[in-house]
Amino acid sequence: MSETVPKPDELVQIDYRPPVRDWMHTPVQFRRGTFCYAAAPKNLKYLEMPNPRDWQPMDEDWKLPENWREIILEGMRERLEKFRSFRLFMDICVRCGACADKCHFYIGSGDPKNMPVLRAELLRSVYRRYFTLAGRLAPKLAGARDLTVDVLKEWFYYFYQCTECRRCSVFCPYGIDTAEVTMLARELLNLVGCNINWAIEPVANCFRTGNHLGVQPHGFKDSIEFAVDELEDLTGVRVEVPIMKKGAEVLFIMPSADYFASPHYYTLLGYLLLFHHVGLDYTVSAYASEGGNFGLFTSHEMIKRLNDKMYREARRLKVKYLIGGECGHMWRVIHQYMDTMNGPADFLEVPVSPVTGTRFEHAASTKMIHICEFTADLIRHGKLKLDPSRNDHWKVTFHDSCNPARAMGLLEEPRYILRNVARHFYEMPENTIREQTFCCGSGSGLGTDENLEMRLRGGLPRANAVKYVRDRFGVNLLTCICAIDKATLPPLLDYWVPGVEVAGVHELVGNALVMEGEKPRTTDLRGQPLASIQPPEVTHA
Amino acid sequence: MPIFEVNGRQYEVDEDGFLQDPSIWNEEVAKDFATTEGVTELTDKHWKVIHYLRNYYLQFGIAPMIRKLCKETGFKLNEIYELFPSGPAKGACKLAGLPKPTGCV
Ligand code: SF4
Ligand code: SF4
Repeated sequence: MSETVPKPDELVQIDYRPPVRDWMHTPVQFRRGTFCYAAAPKNLKYLEMPNPRDWQPMDEDWKLPENWREIILEGMRERLEKFRSFRLFMDICVRCGACADKCHFYIGSGDPKNMPVLRAELLRSVYRRYFTLAGRLAPKLAGARDLTVDVLKEWFYYFYQCTECRRCSVFCPYGIDTAEVTMLARELLNLVGCNINWAIEPVANCFRTGNHLGVQPHGFKDSIEFAVDELEDLTGVRVEVPIMKKGAEVLFIMPSADYFASPHYYTLLGYLLLFHHVGLDYTVSAYASEGGNFGLFTSHEMIKRLNDKMYREARRLKVKYLIGGECGHMWRVIHQYMDTMNGPADFLEVPVSPVTGTRFEHAASTKMIHICEFTADLIRHGKLKLDPSRNDHWKVTFHDSCNPARAMGLLEEPRYILRNVARHFYEMPENTIREQTFCCGSGSGLGTDENLEMRLRGGLPRANAVKYVRDRFGVNLLTCICAIDKATLPPLLDYWVPGVEVAGVHELVGNALVMEGEKPRTTDLRGQPLASIQPPEVTHA
Repeated sequence: MPIFEVNGRQYEVDEDGFLQDPSIWNEEVAKDFATTEGVTELTDKHWKVIHYLRNYYLQFGIAPMIRKLCKETGFKLNEIYELFPSGPAKGACKLAGLPKPTGCV
């Protein structure tokens, strides 16, 4: 049942005064609207993960295994050996505070435990107690504390209140990546069955049917065919979308929300028009029917298992390389983990655009390029026939989705595309875009209804920057390249900045593409009349 | 497992109030669940959406694409919101006894 959320003018009254008691002695309170529900036992069983049971975070008894403390400490010991970065991040923080006010959850909640430095300290204090000499001998002096059930609950609350967005790491002089600390903390929590359903169910579905949503192959086919029919209605052009075609040049993988939800769906229409426009020899797959990898929000082992699916399918279909769609966190997996986990993908070829001949050397090992790289290259070589006036009804800004921006440095390509397919493009303030982009507030599996208040708080800095361009330039469309963004930014903007809609970059590409044999276009891909045939209407306050 | 009690009947539901076992659905279930979704009266329009969802679910094991739901029932997305205030996925699917979709939606 949806929670009652305070009105914006109430929610924005954020109290930045820290609690009177020392942080170690301020226990966590599970207040409705600020946490996610526990993973359903059926999903944990399906994945053969530990401790499946009925429980909820607000319960007093979390039904932990009897030796839960040993399990966690042993898990920590293992990971400290396995991941040098983990030990480093535990040891080197000097508490300079540079990261303290950089987290959107701290800005939106005022809760000091949402300062990245303190978030990591929740784990670090336990590390010191059990893994350092000073902490063992003089815990108080060393800032160390025992691992208790209350500490575990605090971990759950705050490590599922971090979207793993990495904004804080941009500002840390030591390069400490609190998102990685969160990932490891979640991995430890998973060992004793403390996980959230919004992360675990998509993982289970992905193994069961190929994608987060649980769409089965015949449903996948049905949705793609529906999109093809609708595109014909809209443009008069019938495109072909080969499903699991052996020997195609490219395997294209998109997030499953693109063929399920709105506004994601219009991005799918854009991809299909684009591929038809340049005659790409490609295929999609019902088995590798998910770009996203919620393993990233669960454990390293899950990341690896899910990522493997894409490459297995690429091998089976004997394609040359992969193109990935507008998915956010998938790109962190591809760029930062794929190669060591499942790579190098030697059985594939270095991606070469069949249209321009461009060789994408940076993907020499992963053999996978981002659709924005592919499209920007096409535009650069003059291979697309574009009519940007077909996007004149939009005043556009661009939200850098955290992972493509910070994990793969995809900053210019989407902007270059947008400037070519639309005529009104405005940037949000500098410290809220590119590497410094503010998270949607709902990433890493936190985009659920029951967590809505925290999402609205975490999304406040992003929404505030959107408000700036709405009020100043009349911006009415926020574009982005992530499926979680497309799902969670619309309610966020409705709440803080009404009048601004959300779209994928390739939706605007699809609007602008002049297709061979098309009928006169009177609407955009949403079926809305084009500005050129309708006097422009001011849609915002 | 939470229990939803209404009109003398009991249903096992998840934390969001979705029916746990979609196979026990019938029209009475839809009427019972309507009370939780701010739907006071189930009109022909409501039934059109509910039956479409239900049939799609029986065939495909999941809800249809939102765009497909709109096109096949002839209702615009905002009209669906008027019929089911919490929207197609959360409101309409709940009355049709479908599980709630998860992921980037
Ligand atoms: S910026 Fe880095 S070193 Fe400074 S407090 Fe934050 S994590 Fe520690
Ligand atoms: S990774 Fe993002 S959400 Fe997590 S602590 Fe850093 S800024 Fe906050």
